[in-house]
This record gives sequence, C-alpha cells and structure tokens, in this order.
Amino acid sequence: MQKLRLRYAKRGRLRFTSHRDVARTFERALRRAGVPMAYSQGFSPHPKISWIGAAPTGVASEAEYVEISVVEAVDPARLAAALDEALPPGIDVLESVVAGPGGLAERMEASRWRIELPGVPVGELRAAVVKLLAEEHVEVERLTKDGRRLIDARPAVIRAEVLDSADALSGVGIDMPVDSPPYGILMTVVRQTTPAVRPDDVLSALRVVAALEPPVPAKATRMAQGRLDDDGVLSDPLALDRAATAG
Amino acid sequence: MSVESVFPQLEPLLPRVSKPVQYVGGELNATVKPWDSANVRWALMYPDAYEVGLPNQGVMILYEVLNEQPDILAERTYAVWPDLEKLMREHNVPQFTVDGHRPLGAFDILGVSFSTELGYTNMLTALDLAGIPLHAMDRTEDHPVVLAGGHASFNPEPIADFIDAAVLGDGEEAVLEISNIIRQWKAEGRPGGRDELLTRMAETGGVYIPRFYDVTYAADGSLGAAKPNRDRIPETIAKRTTMDLDAWPYPKQPLVPLAESVHERMSVEIFRGCTRGCRFCQAGMITRPVRERSIEGIGAMIQKGLEASGFEEVGLLSLSSADHSEIGEITKQLADRYEGTNTGLSLPSTRVDAFNIDLANELSRNGRRSGLTFAPEGGSERIRRVINKMVSEEDLIKTVSAAYANGWRQVKLYFMCGLPTETDDDVLQIAEMAKNVIRAGREASGRKDIRCTISIGGFVPKPHTPFQWAAQCDPDTVDSRLRKLREAVNSDRDRSLGRNIGMRYHDGKPSLIEGLLSRGDRRVGRVIERVWRDGGRFDGWSEHFSYERWVSSAAAELEPLGVDLAWFTTRERTEAEVLPWDHLDSGLDKEWLWDDWQDALDSREQDDCRWTPCFDCGVCPAMGTDIEIGPTGRKLLPISPVGIGSPVQNPALTSP
Repeated sequence: MQKLRLRYAKRGRLRFTSHRDVARTFERALRRAGVPMAYSQGFSPHPKISWIGAAPTGVASEAEYVEISVVEAVDPARLAAALDEALPPGIDVLESVVAGPGGLAERMEASRWRIELPGVPVGELRAAVVKLLAEEHVEVERLTKDGRRLIDARPAVIRAEVLDSADALSGVGIDMPVDSPPYGILMTVVRQTTPAVRPDDVLSALRVVAALEPPVPAKATRMAQGRLDDDGVLSDPLALDRAATAG
Repeated sequence: MSVESVFPQLEPLLPRVSKPVQYVGGELNATVKPWDSANVRWALMYPDAYEVGLPNQGVMILYEVLNEQPDILAERTYAVWPDLEKLMREHNVPQFTVDGHRPLGAFDILGVSFSTELGYTNMLTALDLAGIPLHAMDRTEDHPVVLAGGHASFNPEPIADFIDAAVLGDGEEAVLEISNIIRQWKAEGRPGGRDELLTRMAETGGVYIPRFYDVTYAADGSLGAAKPNRDRIPETIAKRTTMDLDAWPYPKQPLVPLAESVHERMSVEIFRGCTRGCRFCQAGMITRPVRERSIEGIGAMIQKGLEASGFEEVGLLSLSSADHSEIGEITKQLADRYEGTNTGLSLPSTRVDAFNIDLANELSRNGRRSGLTFAPEGGSERIRRVINKMVSEEDLIKTVSAAYANGWRQVKLYFMCGLPTETDDDVLQIAEMAKNVIRAGREASGRKDIRCTISIGGFVPKPHTPFQWAAQCDPDTVDSRLRKLREAVNSDRDRSLGRNIGMRYHDGKPSLIEGLLSRGDRRVGRVIERVWRDGGRFDGWSEHFSYERWVSSAAAELEPLGVDLAWFTTRERTEAEVLPWDHLDSGLDKEWLWDDWQDALDSREQDDCRWTPCFDCGVCPAMGTDIEIGPTGRKLLPISPVGIGSPVQNPALTSP
C-alpha cells in the first residue's frame, strides 16, 4: 500500500463543477489511467481517496489537494501525467508526491484567493477594502439549505489588497474576454475557519461596509493553500513530503 | 461563414442558475469540430433536463455515428431549466448546443428524440429560444429542418404543426441517408428550396413529412384517412430497422458527463426488439423483430467502453435482458474477466421466468449487490392473461425465495393500474402478492428485516399496440383503486407484513395527459401550443406539471372542434375507425393487432415467437426481416488479465 498526495487545478468553465462532480470525474479518470487503486472493504467497496477541503462550486482553483491509496507502488510523476491525460481539460494534475509523515489536512491553515470583479473600478474597490479592514466584525448573510444564516466574515480575513490595473490582465481561468478597465482584482488571504469564509462572503462583507455591488458575477480563484507564517505568507503544504522522499 | 460560440454571453448568467455545470459541456468523449469543416450540421436534442438526456442511448449513438463522418458535425442540446430560460430571454442568449455553444438556428437540421410525449412543450421552448418559428409552415430555407425521432414519433400527429419531418424506428442508417440528401441538395445550390429538400426526404418512403399529407374530419369529429397532397409522396411511411447490431457497435466512446446524471453507468444494448408480446408495451411492439448482439460483440464493446469511460458499472440493456439466448455465458464470462476490478454488472429489465439465482450471483460478484427488480405488471392471474404478461405468482415466489435465501434483502415489483378490463379486485391482489413475497422471504432467509417495494404506474394506451383501441381508465378510478390498495397493504390483519412493504405511485392525472398526447391527432397540437404559451414546461416533472392547465387548454381548443379530452382518452375506439397513425407503418398487421385485442378481452394469452412458431404479427414479412438470435456457442476472446483495481492495465505506472 502506498499513499500519494496530488495538487490539481480546476480551471475555466470547469469551475462550475461541484465537489461531487470532481470526485466522480477523478474516480473514473483513475480507472481509465489504470491506476491500481486500493478499495475499501465491505458491501459497497469504494476507492480510497481523501479529499482536502474542496473549493466551492463556481470558484476556480490552482491549489486543490487530494490523497489516494494504491496497492502497488507507482511512480508519482508518471501517475500525475497519466491521470492528467485521463482527466478532462480544465481539471489538471499539477504535482504528485509520495506521502510523508503527518497529515495533509492540518497543513491547510489558510487560502489565498484572487477575486476578479469586471466592471468595478480599482479605486472604488480599494476604498471598500480599506473600510473592510478597518472593521473588527462584519456580519454577512449566507443562504444555506436550512435557510439564511449570519456569519462574521471579518476575523478570517488576514490580508486583502487590490492589484493595480497593469497587473490585472494576466488572469487565470478566464474564458470571458478581458474587457478594458474598469476591472478590479482583489487578492485576499483567508483563514480556514468553521464555518468556512468563502470568496462570496468576502464580497458580501464589501457590500455591507461599502455598498459595493459588482455589475456582473465575480470570478474567484484559489491561488494557494497552506500553513500561515507571521507575515501572512502561505507555505507549500507538500514541501514536507518532498523533503521526506529526498531524505 | 463561421458561427461564433455564445459562451461569452452565457457564462455571466451561469453563477445565477442551479447546477450550472450542466450547461458547460466538456464531457469526456464529446466532439467539437470546426464549423467550416462540415457540409452537413446536425443539432441533436433530447427534450428534457441534461441529467436525463445525457445518458440517452439513442442520442449518444447518433451523435457518434454522425461525427465519425468527415464532413458531418453533430452537437447536442438539452432543455434548459426555467431559471436559465428566463435569463436567456432577458439577455438575448439563444438556445445553444453544449458542445460548441453554437446557436441552434445555425444548424441544417435539428433532430429531437422523443422517448415520451411529455417532452413536446420543451421542444417548443427550444425552438422559441432559438428564434426558429414554432410552426413548420412559417420556416424558410434558412431555418433548420426540425426532425422528430424516438418512440413517440410512431404517432407524431400531435406535433405535426411544429415538426418538418419524422423518422420511425432505428436511426443509425436513417441519419446518414438524410445527411446525404441534405449534402446533395446544398451542393446543387438548394434547388426548389425547403419544399424540394423535404420532398426528396419523403420520396425515400422512410421520412414522414406531415405537411405533405392532408387530414380530414367528419362532422362527428372522427378522422378521415391521411392522403398525400402532391406528387412523389408515398401513401405510407415505413419504419427503419437496423438488422445487424454487430455492424453498429455504438456507442464506442460513451459520453461521460461532469454533472451527475440519472444513469451513472455504461450501457451496452445486448439486443433490440422483443417478442414477448406484452400487449401494453409499445416498445415491444414497434421494435420487432428481435436482433441479438453476439457475445463477442458485447465483450468487445464493454472492454473498449470501460477503457474510454472509466465507468464502475456496466448495464446490459434491452427490453428483457435475461432473454438473450446466451445470457448465462455472457454474465459468467464477464464476471470472470472483471474479477478484482470493482466493475459491477446490471441487468435493468429482467423477467421473473427468465431469471435465476446463478445469474444474480454472477451479476453481483464484482460489484454492489443492489435490489432485485421484477415487473409482474398485473396483480391477478386473470389480468396478466389480458395483458399477456405470463408470469405466474408461483414463479415469482420461487425466484424471490431463492434471492432472499442468497442474501438479498430487497425486492422491487412494478405494476400498472388502469389496465383494460381491470377491476378493483385485480389491483387488490397486488397487496396479496407483496405479502406472499414477504412471507416467503422471511421463511427463506430466516430474518424479519427483508423488504418488498411495490411501484405502480398508470397505464397509458399507446399507438401500434393491441391496446390502441382501449378506453383509458379515468384518473378518479385509478386514484380510488390505489387508495384501496394502500388500505389493503396496511390492513390490521397483516400489519407486521405491511410494515415491510413500501408502496410508490403517482396519481392518475399525468397519465391521462400522456394518453391525450399519445393517441392524439393534429388537433391536439393546438392544446400543446396553448399549454406552452401559458407557461407549460417539463411536463414529465411533477413539480412543473399542471393538470389544470392541460385540462383547461384542452377544453378551450378542442371543444370548438366538437371533440374533447375524453374523446381522445377514455373513449374506446371501434374497429372501423381511422386511427391518426394508420398511414405510419410499424410493420405490425392491423388485423393481427385487432385479433390480439379481442384475445385480450377474452383473457387469452399469446406465446413468445422466439421459441414457438410465428403467429403472424406481420413484421418479418413486411420488413423483409427475421428474428436474429443465437446461440452462437462462441466465447469471449481470452484477453490478458485486466488491471488491478481498474479494468485497465497500465504497466508503465508501476515499472521501476
């Protein structure tokens, strides 16, 4: 039995897949790629796959993580290539490592998000972010299956800054043509909390503090996940595994 | 001239609708060809939600058959839910294909596959969103030809105003022939416009063009025979039959959606047609004769399909899968081949009398042991003779006892309510049967926690069946029988048995509307249009279906013409009466159908011609065909062992 950890991206129109969609697609791709998966025992065997906090439906990601178990040792790089080939374009395997000691989930302390707001001028966005950071608590409403609930979105927001328009054009996962400005882009680091504060909640907070109303739906992308240092910088969660393999 | 994708206009709407993934395409094995590379361009529609339409075998097969041709492209489209429809209207986004997100109006031909008549209103939504005139008469040569197929096209008269053409029967060869006609006509510079194109299709004798036939009505509302109204148009239209299934091993590359769909498995059609002769079953009647796929053909399709799709389950599809002449060998050899790969096998339609426990054990060897499902259809021996579903309660009890003894805990039984000659007593016997199943199961398994679920559907008389003359049962009678059945299941006397019986059913109202659409004539088109204009959508979904809207629209449109909803549904037809589909030839001899109807009324059964001599239904001689069955005695080709934990082997991953 061998355990592998993979980083993958969810890009472009495939950001509309839900976590369940991604999971099914992965299971099938693993079969098509001929990966010797380990299965759970029992009445209804399932391949051994553990998901680490998936990005919400509608949100793209460059930093999703999953662990799989196989019954025969495989070469991680060849696995990444074969699996990527079997997955639809837009779900792209970026890296695969043999799991080292320690759990992966607890390394995920925070995420860095890029939130693109077509039609929102940079100045207006920047002013709204300043107001948000000035508050200690910002209650936002979220629609859940059980109705509306209030969550405090502010404490989880560790950093938030607005890119200058010159930096804005090299977006990821963009199918829409990038129109000429105004086009505001917010980069924010958000701590993993329960309940999770998602890009939508950060936007709701901007609506609460500064009445910011994007004219078209925003496009968010998770750029990174990992452990948080004192400067609000994220460390690579697979670094420990890579070091263990090298050593 | 190239056609642009509408995705940039669609994309900003997607975060605002439910399950946006169903609109983005990108399925594994989907095909997007450059627009200018094709001479003939098909849009294929399944007029229901994506999750229902995507797994449809008919659309999947034709999509692949067409796209294999170098100068043909085919893309798919499905009904959009009302939330997206509203936004598309607000933002002027036309009905689009999910492959290239191209507007429907740009294609040469739009093929719509109707498994059920309840998709008619959804076709109107798609046409309207596409900017295609609803009425065929209003279309010009710049609009796509709207072509109906699927089982409902055996009586397309209710949608005659909205479609340009219909094909009856198997589509594999028909779509290529129609493509040839379109290619030729375009290459010649579109001589004679749309009329000439449709005439060329009609004169093949295999494409029905409703507007080339006149229909008359007598003062009492009854129908006169449909007559061609111009030269080159045949009197009748024949159904299409693909004889050699091994020559058409589709789908080779099954579509695998990102979104969840109603059938999460790979399906292989192991034979087409059915000779059991169940009198209520339109599919069994119109798909004759039986044509089996060979065991080798099945084995090859499954291995290639699993490699191409990664599915965890294989469904061996047909109208009565355990009837394949080599089913025992097929399931055993497949179970051997896929041992250790977690690949499940399922047989969606199995008859009690063709089923045995060995078969069931093979099916569950490499996958999950799901429930067993059988369809006795009728509760009493008498009604089963009427409908010619000849399974005995004794067979059923024997089979389910063996299943419970072998570890199964759940059996599902399907029935119908509202059958011709049915009485309350016939329906109440369903409760007795279910209780006997529980009793037998408890005895066989020695456990109390076994279950039996009975699921009851309303019977709808269908064209081209012996019941095409029958009076449909009114919804009040159906509902009252179902109420009495529920009481009988839960009766005080056997409460401990009733607790282990689940009962599922719908009220009889949707069935009555399905009946109107199934046996309607051209006058019913006005009702469909009125319902649609009043907001009718997704009639197959109980949360969207409005009985009141159909009833009031039928009254408004039909009564001025001297007929009504009851005239089309609960009225028994006479032998002399012209039926709306008389000029559409399913191969069945109308006199044989009538005799079979009389036999039904006398509770006389009819044997299966697969094993007994021909009873002259008329199909084989009329079609120049014969039943095509094994046994071939052949085996699956021995292949090197399949992978571990996967049906695919990839030594490159594990080599040092």
